[in-house]
Amino acid sequence: MMRKMEPDHHGKWAKFHPVWDGFYTFLFTPGETTKKGTHIRDGIDLKRTMFFVILALLPCLLFGMYNTGHWHYVAETGNFDLPYWEQFGDKFIYGLLQVLPIVIVSYGVGLGVEFIFAIKNKHAIQEGFLVSGMLIPLIVPADVPLWMVAFATVFAVVLAKEVFGGTGMNVVNVALTARAFLFFAYPSMMSGDKIWMSGLADKTDKVEGFSGATPLGELASFTTDEPVHASLAAFSDKWSLSDSIMGYLPGSVGETSFIAIMIGCALLLYTGIASWKIIFSFFAGGLAIGYLLNAVSLNMYMDLDPIHHLMLGGFAFGAVFMATDPVTASQTSTGKYIYGFLAGAMAIVIRVLNPAFPEGVMMAILLMNVLAPLIDHYVVQSNIKRRLKRLKTA
Amino acid sequence: MSKTIKLRKGLDIKLVGEADKVKANVDFANNFVIRPGDFHGLTPKLVVKIGDQVKAGSVLFYNKYNEEVKFTSPVAGEVTDIVRGEKRKILSINIRANADNAYEDFGTKDVTKISGEEVKKQLLDSGVWAFIKMRPVDVIANPKDQPKAIFISAFDSSPLAPDYDFVLHGENVAFQAGITALTKLTKGTVHLTVNSDSTPDTAFSGAKGVQINKISGKHPVGNVGTQIHHIDPINKGEIVWTVNAQDVVIIGKLFLTGKFDATRIIALTGSEVKTPKYYKSIIGAPVAKIVAGNINDGNVRIIGGNVLTGDKITADGNLGFYHLQITVIPEGTEPKFMMTKGWMEPGFGKFSTNRSYFSWMFPNKKYKMDTNLNGEVRNFVVTGEMEKVFPFDIYPMQLVKSVMYNDIDLMEKLGIYEVAPEDFALCEFVCTSKIDIQDVIRQGLDVIHKECM
Repeated sequence: MMRKMEPDHHGKWAKFHPVWDGFYTFLFTPGETTKKGTHIRDGIDLKRTMFFVILALLPCLLFGMYNTGHWHYVAETGNFDLPYWEQFGDKFIYGLLQVLPIVIVSYGVGLGVEFIFAIKNKHAIQEGFLVSGMLIPLIVPADVPLWMVAFATVFAVVLAKEVFGGTGMNVVNVALTARAFLFFAYPSMMSGDKIWMSGLADKTDKVEGFSGATPLGELASFTTDEPVHASLAAFSDKWSLSDSIMGYLPGSVGETSFIAIMIGCALLLYTGIASWKIIFSFFAGGLAIGYLLNAVSLNMYMDLDPIHHLMLGGFAFGAVFMATDPVTASQTSTGKYIYGFLAGAMAIVIRVLNPAFPEGVMMAILLMNVLAPLIDHYVVQSNIKRRLKRLKTA
Repeated sequence: MSKTIKLRKGLDIKLVGEADKVKANVDFANNFVIRPGDFHGLTPKLVVKIGDQVKAGSVLFYNKYNEEVKFTSPVAGEVTDIVRGEKRKILSINIRANADNAYEDFGTKDVTKISGEEVKKQLLDSGVWAFIKMRPVDVIANPKDQPKAIFISAFDSSPLAPDYDFVLHGENVAFQAGITALTKLTKGTVHLTVNSDSTPDTAFSGAKGVQINKISGKHPVGNVGTQIHHIDPINKGEIVWTVNAQDVVIIGKLFLTGKFDATRIIALTGSEVKTPKYYKSIIGAPVAKIVAGNINDGNVRIIGGNVLTGDKITADGNLGFYHLQITVIPEGTEPKFMMTKGWMEPGFGKFSTNRSYFSWMFPNKKYKMDTNLNGEVRNFVVTGEMEKVFPFDIYPMQLVKSVMYNDIDLMEKLGIYEVAPEDFALCEFVCTSKIDIQDVIRQGLDVIHKECM
């Protein structure tokens, strides 16, 4: 059936061949065979690789939907102690209705742009956006206006990816570019204490003294003159370590639950799709800087337990799903350790030492994306030097 | 001083259809074909015409740019056709074999007594020189070069490869004569590398005048390139020659009998062969005679060589000059629906190095693989996968990319002198983006050959 619909390469619809090809190859692995060289090929292809990343993101997405619903009801009632797992159906449905449109807009717009570029540049539709399209909804607040998502997606796909030649050629992570675009273009919608609980901004009869800030926002206030909490102990009372492991926090849709992220992480590590070297060194980098700051201890924020640091905000999500993007990370094995470590360390540094940005993971990873080729360059140079040395001793 | 090396990286692809250890004979009173295309980079200059009578060992053509290097007929008979392609390029020389297999006589010689120059002359005159290849660039050796060493691998680790211990059993004398001849060609060492995981045949273990090295690990452990890299790596400006173990026997026989004996034991293997076994064959023999009645119906691909590096042969085609194996596997031209056979299937029956297929749970299962690409060609995305199957101190992806953008300086620095396309066969197999990596490396080597040597 699909074969009949295939546009003729010379016919009227020839321009749309990439689009047809995209759908066809989605349904069937084509009967394309090897020509020369290796006659058999490994079963893995890019579609399957990307599909497994999406599978790994599902726990985060589902938990994120529920979490969105929960904080909506918290904002509605003004009751922080609202039991987390009660009104399960209501919360989930609210979250579903809030998050699903973002997913649809992200995929619709992103794939639309992909199709246009595929037609224009006459290349096949590439699978990269299947993952980016899922990542974007997970790293924005649930209340973000859909038109902003659409704008950010177009910006990211065009400027971060297509201008470089598509999947595999991009320098920086596409989803993070979208996030950065939102962050700088619409700061009021991406930070502050109104946006993290769905529906809070529209609410006029707010309960006195009620704040919708994320734990990281409150932590950042330690470095200012008016801290939200009197001490770290008070902070930990409100946002305990176990809350952040479970994910009972307000925040971007998919980033809050350490457990959900770790389920995805396990899948990616087990299949070998994500590099354990990057994830491991990313956490190691975060911990190292965390302990260093503990030792320096100039303000209360610096005293925060490093373990707690790693569970808060987008740190774990960034480590597992963002830093490991094979295209934008370091490509050499040694380079991966350096890259991960620096990115993790940088994330905490930005968090603690720069009050303008409560969260530093996005910035840290984008910066390291840019530096990754440099790291690789030095790693490869050392291999070259080793070879030259062999020549001299021989 | 021999070396023992253990490799951790690599991959053994386990396929259905290993050859039984039985030797069969085939009747070859038919057309034989020699293709100049089997010798990479060669510009042939013809000596024979259609209708000429030739003996086994008679010169058919020689290298236009290096006239010493001659190519001879594997059988005696009549030249029936010379097939030309575009720009009158010679595609093949067809010879109909006679019943009496007459040989050119090159004279028996005692290899222990003659000089290197005499050895060289006999090899060149008889066309046996074509079995000696050189690294870098993996082409026929230039007789004017001084190699720093000669490497022979005593086993083949590629999928369904012929077992050299079986094939060369009883050829001790000829093998030793071949080795002795090779020792005259270099001031350096002749290395013979055996698999330390098995007991090599006495033809190998009893060889004299060579340094016997032991190596163990997964494929490409049997590739001579891997062995050179770990035993005596090639630096810029150095040259190493390599000879296949079976061809050492042909070299030996040339001196023992004075004849170019082009018979070889080849393995007929693969999942589509009914009874895989060994055959006594001759270079350039028609494959139809060998596979007749022994392959399954349906759309199959006949490969001269192994599944990783071999050449596609048509059903009426002939064995190539370097083919020691025929592999028959199913063609994968059927589209595969995503849920049942395509990219979303659970994957119990599909071989992959990636654990997203459940087949990793059965490490000893043997697979029946077809020629489907299992995906579409993309830019490089996934990193780190090639390094797992590439046991060289070389960055494979960076080297491949440097060839793609044709940076000769960088290629040199990254180690192009040490590699041959076959060393990258596993990288090509695992590549998620389905890029023809061996082809890229071949192009890189051609550039190096033209510009730097």
